[in-house]
Amino acid sequence: MRRVRRFCTALLLCLPLAATADEVQVAVAANFTAPMQKIAADFARDTGHRAVLAFGATGKFYAQIRNGAPFEVLLAADEQTPARLQEEGLGVPGRRFTYAVGRLALWSPRAGYIDPEGRVLADGDFRHLALANPKTAPYGAAALQALEHLGLRARLQSRFVQGENIAQAHQFVASGNAELGFVALSQVFEQGRVTHGSAWIVPAGQHRPIRQDALLLRRGEHNPAAQALLDYLQGDNARALIRTYGYQVE
Amino acid sequence: MIFDSADLAAIWLTVKLASVTTVLLLLLGTPLAWWLARTRSTWRGPIGAVVALPLVLPPTVLGFYLLVAMGPNGFIGQLTQALGLGTLPFSFAGLVVGSLLYSMPFVVQPLQNAFAAIGERPLEAAATLRAGPWDSFFHVALPLARPGFVTASILGFAHTVGEFGVVLMIGGNIPEKTRVVSVQIYDHVEAMEYAQAHWLAGGMLLFSFLVLLMLYGSRFRQGWQG
Repeated sequence: MRRVRRFCTALLLCLPLAATADEVQVAVAANFTAPMQKIAADFARDTGHRAVLAFGATGKFYAQIRNGAPFEVLLAADEQTPARLQEEGLGVPGRRFTYAVGRLALWSPRAGYIDPEGRVLADGDFRHLALANPKTAPYGAAALQALEHLGLRARLQSRFVQGENIAQAHQFVASGNAELGFVALSQVFEQGRVTHGSAWIVPAGQHRPIRQDALLLRRGEHNPAAQALLDYLQGDNARALIRTYGYQVE
Repeated sequence: MIFDSADLAAIWLTVKLASVTTVLLLLLGTPLAWWLARTRSTWRGPIGAVVALPLVLPPTVLGFYLLVAMGPNGFIGQLTQALGLGTLPFSFAGLVVGSLLYSMPFVVQPLQNAFAAIGERPLEAAATLRAGPWDSFFHVALPLARPGFVTASILGFAHTVGEFGVVLMIGGNIPEKTRVVSVQIYDHVEAMEYAQAHWLAGGMLLFSFLVLLMLYGSRFRQGWQG
């Protein structure tokens, strides 16, 4: 019993150490996974601070943050969620900015399956078209807008399969269960080109711009690492890196 | 109306999935449980362990492997395609396959325990009265194992209703086909429709409690037979 108590005390003593000031807890929208892993590595190298990353759906992060999740920075997949958090007093005033403008791509792991104009949407005999849930994921909403623009929404609706977030939509396509799907360009794009398979990069005019905002949350207000990360995201190195994944930067 | 049409469709789909799964599991699980309860084969251990796997595996593991195995390049997918059935993910049939695996221990284990509790004597007595093995199975073993069947049905049904992770990973969230209640609740929460989420989630809580009350209430009367 005494040993157990001593162990627990030791564990409790470790807790404050684990949360030292040069660590920052970041909630990252699923589409920004690949670039953020690189940015976090560069950030650690350049500043000595460590960014601890959690990836997921922006809507889920919103619910978690409102209910006390220990995130200090949010990199959302939209601009509405950070704005809402700020209105609700959970963000630090003046510390919200657009870190990336996302692009949508129609993608298949099969080379040559998708033509450069995306005509496969109208002519293809695919059974399943994957997209992220339009109700909760900005990339899903953008996919619907693009389909509406093309006049194909009603015709293709019965072939939709929805991922919980854009990472799952990508997984449905990558595993071959859906022949093609709308994904974030950043998921299939590196160094200025599509990494494998075939893709149609949806013209930016066919959907509302996917402006992705970063927000410093109240919990990170006095954490120098959180402040540093936001500054780092606006720096030249990070901006150039973000661009190589197909995002636009303002 | 507190539930909109999408909620009602999800509720109906969930009931349908749980019913189909429970019936199939009783049909497939009974011979399996009988064998597990009575065999002396060295396979008893490994098969029993496989049956129990879904108890400890995270649904993400099950869902991920099912998605890969049932996909066009997986072995189940190859088989279903060869049979002209296409692939199973994103279909009701796919959810049934997933639920069969996911809920299997909740049906097989109570049946196995019930069969084991019968012991050899009633069956030996039946045999001396010239009952054949089928006869004694249907007229002696099954009636004696009745509480086990009740437990197995209730647990199999309730556990399938409570399924989430597997459905999320292989379902594709298609209304009236794969969007069950648990996924619908998740959608409501993510879309910040907390009022609708509350109604459905509260309904689930009440349902689950009543099911368990039914189970444990009857057990206190009859003694533990599961």
